[in-house]
Amino acid sequence: MELTRRNALAIGAGAFAATILPFQAFAAADEAIAAFTGGADVGEGGITLTSPEIAENGNTVPISVDAPGAVSIVLLAAGNPDPAVATANFGPLAAAQSVAMRIRLAGSQDIVAVAKMADGSFVKTSNAIKVTIGGCGG
Amino acid sequence: MASGVKPRVKVPKTAAAGSSITIKTLISHKMESGRRKDKAGELIPRSIINRFTAEFNGQSVIEVMMEPSISTNPFFEFEATVPEAGEFKFTWYDDDGDVYEAVKPVAMA
Repeated sequence: MELTRRNALAIGAGAFAATILPFQAFAAADEAIAAFTGGADVGEGGITLTSPEIAENGNTVPISVDAPGAVSIVLLAAGNPDPAVATANFGPLAAAQSVAMRIRLAGSQDIVAVAKMADGSFVKTSNAIKVTIGGCGG
Repeated sequence: MASGVKPRVKVPKTAAAGSSITIKTLISHKMESGRRKDKAGELIPRSIINRFTAEFNGQSVIEVMMEPSISTNPFFEFEATVPEAGEFKFTWYDDDGDVYEAVKPVAMA
């Protein structure tokens, strides 16, 4: 490709979009967290997210989340087209506030778990997962 | 998608009163995310199971709201307390209004 003024502009615009896009994805995840917490402060600790470091197939990534004393847990994948993954509400007969499931990931990204505790406080944790083949199709 | 949906649940047959048991559930379902395209380039409409609940004798154990980011054949593993003999009822709610149920009795050891 000859480097004309038009091409140079196109490359510049592409590079600009590439730097902006990840922030938009995180903004969507932050909005989802804010919708869940109602803007309350979110602490750290008391919640464990178990996930593989490298997932070969983004179509089924086994993860588990454990938050003793939680009433509900929200799971978000910041890099997915729609960051919401699942919301788990625990009933009186839940022996442990933990759940394991398999999720889809579009690419390498951070997954975030936010738990609402019985006293109304919120805690969150996040894990980075490298995905070899993305799982959202399209 | 109402065809070929089959819930499979693993629950111990007996448990000691007040003990906690591990439950595994799997249901065969395509979980079409609504973002994939078919060969003609048309979007395949979303068709997923959007809610799962587990109850023991009418009391809630866990309820999960699912989004399209849940894998094909949704799998869940969780812990439940068994205060007395009775039965677990698992329910899955499909986007198209279908409801799939599985019931597993538990006896006292």
